[in-house]
Amino acid sequence: MQSQTYNYKVVRQFAIMTVVWGIVGMLVGVIVAAQLVWPELNAAEWLHFGRLRPLHTNAVIFAFGGCALFATSYYCVQRTCHTRLFAPGLAAFTFWGWQLVILLAAISLPLGFTSGKEYAELEWPIDILITLVWVSYAVVFFGTVATRKTTHIYVANWFYGGFILTVALLHLVNSAEIPVSLTKSYSAYAGVQDAMIQWWYGHNAVGFFLTAGFLGMMYYFVPKQAGRPVYSYRLSVVHFWALIFTYMWAGPHHLHYTALPDWTQSIGMVFSLILLAPSWGGMINGIMTLSGAWHKLRTDPILKFLITSLSFYGMSTFEGPMMSIKTVNALSHYTDWTVGHVHSGALGWVAMVSIGAMYYLIPRMYGKTEMYSTKLITTHFWIATIGIVLYIASMWISGVMQGLMWRATNPDGTLTYSFVESVKASYPFWTIRVVGGVLFLTGMLIMFYNMVKTIAGQKPYEAPVLAPAGAHA
Amino acid sequence: MDINDARAALTVFGFVCFIGIALWAYSGRARKGFDEAALLPFSEDDLPVPDAGRQTKEGNKNG
Repeated sequence: MQSQTYNYKVVRQFAIMTVVWGIVGMLVGVIVAAQLVWPELNAAEWLHFGRLRPLHTNAVIFAFGGCALFATSYYCVQRTCHTRLFAPGLAAFTFWGWQLVILLAAISLPLGFTSGKEYAELEWPIDILITLVWVSYAVVFFGTVATRKTTHIYVANWFYGGFILTVALLHLVNSAEIPVSLTKSYSAYAGVQDAMIQWWYGHNAVGFFLTAGFLGMMYYFVPKQAGRPVYSYRLSVVHFWALIFTYMWAGPHHLHYTALPDWTQSIGMVFSLILLAPSWGGMINGIMTLSGAWHKLRTDPILKFLITSLSFYGMSTFEGPMMSIKTVNALSHYTDWTVGHVHSGALGWVAMVSIGAMYYLIPRMYGKTEMYSTKLITTHFWIATIGIVLYIASMWISGVMQGLMWRATNPDGTLTYSFVESVKASYPFWTIRVVGGVLFLTGMLIMFYNMVKTIAGQKPYEAPVLAPAGAHA
Repeated sequence: MDINDARAALTVFGFVCFIGIALWAYSGRARKGFDEAALLPFSEDDLPVPDAGRQTKEGNKNG
């Protein structure tokens, strides 16, 4: 019998591009952060903050985060189903198609082509390409699950599967648009319906792209790196279904005190509060997986990344429900507090769990047992952590300050501060944010160096597919 | 029946489903399957073994 190997090629390609796009996306982030401190940096129209900001969000979410999700889901689903990836041609198409989407975004957004929908700015021809890639992704992933050699479907694959299906639904509904030319389209919805669909999409992009997908990553890589099974499997099953049943309803909290009906806002707030339970259930499940092996945290920087990511996940999923309470939102909305909250999740949770998973994957893709330098992983960890703390703390302070300044009134009812006074007061904190961002980016550059040294001189590795332990009989 | 009754019914149905899933997950019946599934990531060692694996020049050939 000819021994079969896992499809490592597509995992390898996505893993390398995760690091590359991470650097690109975070570099654009540092540039837009610097533009707020030094407005002269808005040098040309295609370098303007308004055009680079969507490039930053698209690059970090869909290029960096997307590649990390593709790489880890393809690895996890093959490994836990004991079978080679289904439809290798389609899998290769998802890689090249996704890179083409990213490239088109990097060209069209600075040129000013946008449909104006947050996190869904790309124009309609790119939307169609995304749909084709995503359907192929679903075929490859669910085809692999369907042809599995194991009885059970591991919980991580449930999370990845939920993420793939939901993102397909979100993309199709939110991107419904009427093209007027090759580069311009208008939303199929109008007024408050358009706003509600946008934030139904926007919040579920957070809930399913940036949460469910990365929870799949967590449920595979945390047990693997810790060397012990997940703390409570049944909690993970309840965690999955609780997330699926509640996340869909939380979107309206992005539209508090707007033209959206009041009852819809209240539903959004209530479901956001309920979300605290599954979020913390998942966090506790991940962290407790390490119980009895806490000493590993001291020496293993990959575990440091993974467990710290869960701590940030816990913090931001506590902060989120609090911010969705209408009275808190009255202070926090439209301020830097929101930006800080998002980055607590994006840098602390999404980026750190991805970085940990990449440090796990990259050496295995090249027939090595560990990265070129473990010490550099530790350095990366501390630089990244300090960067995040600077970023979040500065945004908290400036956010609360802005909220308080905007609502302050004099005894005669007039506003105490003009808007520009709050801008002026924010400068020191925006400068601290640039420093935090530069530190996080530096960590990614260290990772890139470590990756190049790990790969240098190594040939791509293909691991044989082994029958599951119970299947020998 | 108003369309809103159907919407409310669907919400209640979703809630009942979730309670059902939670009760099932914490019942004894699900236990054996969960214990097996929890070990799936460990059913094989994924550290590269130089002799068992193949280092190919152009990735995979037996697609």
